[in-house]
Amino acid sequence: MISDKARQRMRDLANRYPVARSAVMPALYIAQQEEGYISQAALEAVAEVLNLTVDDVESVATFYTMYYQQPPGKKVIKVCTSISCYLRNCDALVEQLEKRLGVKRGETTPDGNYTLMTTECLASCGTAPVLQVNNKFVENLTPEMIDALVDEWNRELSAEKAAQGMPQVVAEETAPRQA
Amino acid sequence: MTELIVTKDMDAPGIDTLEGYRQHGGYSALEKALKEYLPDDLVEMVKKSGLRGRGGAGFPTGMKWSFLAKNDKKRYLCCNCDESEPGTFKDRMIMEKNPHMLVEGVIITSYACRVSTAFIYVRGELELAGLQVARAIEEAYAAGYIGKNILGSDFSLDVIMHRGAGAYICGEESALMESLEGRRGYPRLKPPFPAAIGLYGGPTVINNCETLATIPAIVKNGADWYASFGTEKSKGTRIFCLSGHVKKPGNYELPLGTPLRTLIYDEQYGGGILGDKQLKAIIPGGSSTFILGSDKVDTPLDFEAIAAAGSMLGSGGVIVINEDTCIVDAVLRMTEFYRDESCGKCTPCREGTYWLTEILHRIEEGHGREKDIDLLLDVCDNISGKSFCPLGDAATSSITSSIKLFREEYETHVREGRCPFKERTQPEHPEAGVQTLQAGAR
Repeated sequence: MISDKARQRMRDLANRYPVARSAVMPALYIAQQEEGYISQAALEAVAEVLNLTVDDVESVATFYTMYYQQPPGKKVIKVCTSISCYLRNCDALVEQLEKRLGVKRGETTPDGNYTLMTTECLASCGTAPVLQVNNKFVENLTPEMIDALVDEWNRELSAEKAAQGMPQVVAEETAPRQA
Repeated sequence: MTELIVTKDMDAPGIDTLEGYRQHGGYSALEKALKEYLPDDLVEMVKKSGLRGRGGAGFPTGMKWSFLAKNDKKRYLCCNCDESEPGTFKDRMIMEKNPHMLVEGVIITSYACRVSTAFIYVRGELELAGLQVARAIEEAYAAGYIGKNILGSDFSLDVIMHRGAGAYICGEESALMESLEGRRGYPRLKPPFPAAIGLYGGPTVINNCETLATIPAIVKNGADWYASFGTEKSKGTRIFCLSGHVKKPGNYELPLGTPLRTLIYDEQYGGGILGDKQLKAIIPGGSSTFILGSDKVDTPLDFEAIAAAGSMLGSGGVIVINEDTCIVDAVLRMTEFYRDESCGKCTPCREGTYWLTEILHRIEEGHGREKDIDLLLDVCDNISGKSFCPLGDAATSSITSSIKLFREEYETHVREGRCPFKERTQPEHPEAGVQTLQAGAR
């Protein structure tokens, strides 16, 4: 469900632009923040606030890759595989991540912890190869650094889980080490 | 050390805050512009400075401003910060490190072009850059640099940061406007050009991030000062984004006309080829520009000289490729980008980029046929100039130029049925390999 507060933020945005429809992209971001992805409820809320049809909103949401059509993992890993990162051996990073996380690119781990994606040039070619974890950059990578990174992410996820009062899961169990 | 303009105070501590920016003379150009110049004077000043667009096409900025249709429709400014051309990473740096410089450039440009609503379209993936720009806008509102009657003048302006959501095509100006209007990022047919009918139907000026970040320095120091840098037709400095096989990749601001060799080999800049290998090829302006051979390494980095050498200065993304790189595989990687980023509106680009990757893939994998090389050129010919926007054309640049320069390498792939840069594939059963070896020895 999209909260009243989120709907109000969308309405405020619609008033900020010269034409309300221009707020469809930021409104989709707000909805995605609440739902984790572009759910049916998200589409309906944006459509209602901006006075558009649900199909119309969906046509926008499906054009842009940053609006997720399915629930992504808690950590979305995007590895740049464009030319400058390619010249700096980004493919080895992707392979190492596939091994460590036990999923192929484009997939989410069964426990919902990780989504591994490859992505187009992230404007970080001077510090290639690079990846983003939940839109934060990690630059100047080597395949050796991947193990330490995944360990760190696993610890963060365990800590989050512990903080929510859930029984702590050993992170290694969810992402078997295969290398 | 040459004089820096855009990156001058880039690494000064606190420059990303309003106070820090003001301590380095920030917003004094805006004050000067509002108090000493009429809008048309500023357009003339920027024309005289020789500043040309830093996004890719290199169109003279002042000229672009003067083309705005003179009617009673509301005008708009869009600052294009949708940086996503492979090999380019300068706008991200400007936004993250010195967002107020960009905002000041946007305000001055809006005044010069009589715009009352400006948009800064920031690429979605660049989250920190977007947050920095949004904060700078907020601070500028609070300080009275944006809003009603700026600094006591009769000029009022609204500035909105708009975040993209993952679509390279939105860096194309008409797709950017579609996206701002809340639609899929499909390019519009031109003409009409944005200067006549643009955002919400109004006359619209669209400038790149680095272009607008240069404006405050020009207003502060004058057109003649700016024009004293660079060459006769390519004035000023620009940020070159150096990446690939160099020892010290990074952003380097240099006067236009600096030789490629200086950027790549000078100890202050690239420091030479990684691992002291031989240079094989250079892509001088982002992956959409034609590949140059190593014999062009003494070409000056200005619009005219790079064009004469057979390419384009584009976005300033200089990608360096060493001798160990398979050109077919590198071109395949670049072509996959355009296949994935083609918006799908025009058939030649949508279908063509798909088939280009299919053919390149089979050549790289050793399944190519002799006629595939000419087939690639034929497909390129059927894409080029046959779509609404330049994305399809851009997809063909690396293919046509690499076949021209390295046709032999393509032919070797076909003839030998494998990529000569990859080690021979290991046989599936080790014993089989041993037997072959023994057979060979006998």
